[in-house]
Amino acid sequence: MIRLEGVSHRYGERWVLRDVDLELAERRVGVVGANGSGKSTLARLLNGLVVPTSGRVLVGGLDTAKDGPAIRRRVGFVFTDPDAQIVMPTVAEDVAFSLRRSGLSKAEVRARTLAALDRFGLAGHADHPAHLLSGGQKQLLAFTAVLVTDPEVLVCDEPTTLLDARNAARVTALLAELPQQVVLVTHHLEQLDGFDRVVVVDEGRVVADGAPAEALAAYRALLL
Amino acid sequence: MIGLYVPGTSVVHRARAGVKLALLALFLGVLGFWRSPAVVAGGLAVLAAVTALARVGPRRALAQVRPALVVVLVVFAAQVWLADLEKAAVVAGSLLLAVAAAGVVTLTTRTEDLLDAVVRVLRPLRRVGVDPDRVGLVLALTIRTVPVLVSLGEEVRDARRARGAERSVRAFAVPLVIRAVRHADRLGEALAARGVDD
Repeated sequence: MIRLEGVSHRYGERWVLRDVDLELAERRVGVVGANGSGKSTLARLLNGLVVPTSGRVLVGGLDTAKDGPAIRRRVGFVFTDPDAQIVMPTVAEDVAFSLRRSGLSKAEVRARTLAALDRFGLAGHADHPAHLLSGGQKQLLAFTAVLVTDPEVLVCDEPTTLLDARNAARVTALLAELPQQVVLVTHHLEQLDGFDRVVVVDEGRVVADGAPAEALAAYRALLL
Repeated sequence: MIGLYVPGTSVVHRARAGVKLALLALFLGVLGFWRSPAVVAGGLAVLAAVTALARVGPRRALAQVRPALVVVLVVFAAQVWLADLEKAAVVAGSLLLAVAAAGVVTLTTRTEDLLDAVVRVLRPLRRVGVDPDRVGLVLALTIRTVPVLVSLGEEVRDARRARGAERSVRAFAVPLVIRAVRHADRLGEALAARGVDD
């Protein structure tokens, strides 16, 4: 359960979120909004990457302002640009990096890494340089590196924006199969098919929130 | 030499990363201290034997040396001018052998094993405030960032060409620096999201 209580946030003098109150308990939650609406900041609040200027964000009862490390172990985050998220030179090393504090032996880390790569169709690339992967493969690697730690919640900030239609569809299919709670920030509205709830953000405020059909209708009306 | 590990089961692959790094240091030390045609010839023979044992293929081994050729040629020309042909050949040969030897280590050792070895070596320095894991992470990030910067450079060069400003240094440097800083910013955020510093 994620709860935002009276959350406002500003960068310098510019307020990007105002008075947001949300309880996110659904398995699939979509967040939509125009560029600059504050949705990416909203996503970053959920694993403590951004601590709110006022109000508080609770994940499983833990406050992101006080319990950042514990929350980041529970909440995985996938960014738009996988090149910024991949930190190690080769594919397997990047996944293994996520397990560096798991207490597992080197052999166990390697086994778990290879199993995760196999699950996401990257087994054949384990020892390849990460920079030689295609854009779609890089994003799959970013997902693998996050999911190998088995987080309870996965927050994704526009993970398909840089991908072609085929790779975007792969990511959408991957998200659909995950057992975790997923909070997906996206401009690709078709990705929200089958979602339980959609939150619409505009100019830093939640302007619509509910079942996808109604929320997306409100979002489309906003764009006209 | 970035992330070019070639999987294999040769004796060179199986040797411990720390041993390979120590032997590499010894090899470089010998080349550096005893500069003579005989040492360069001996070094070439040793390196050829190790490369053959590693079974990484001559093309891959030679590819390690290619990026250093321009620098080596400049050094060679300077040595011919400042000293003589024999000394120039020894210095240039030593440099090429050093790069090639480092290349064989890179080709046969996973980056994580190399970094583990570096972290192990640095562990005693913990007492004087050095964080070996942090040094290892910085090295890994450096290796990882080189191809990203190359890719950013290519993007900026193409954008400059598309706008007809091929010769403008400013049109290359300014967007490249901005993109590099933005990348660093995102990388820092990603590291935080993955629990570095927690």
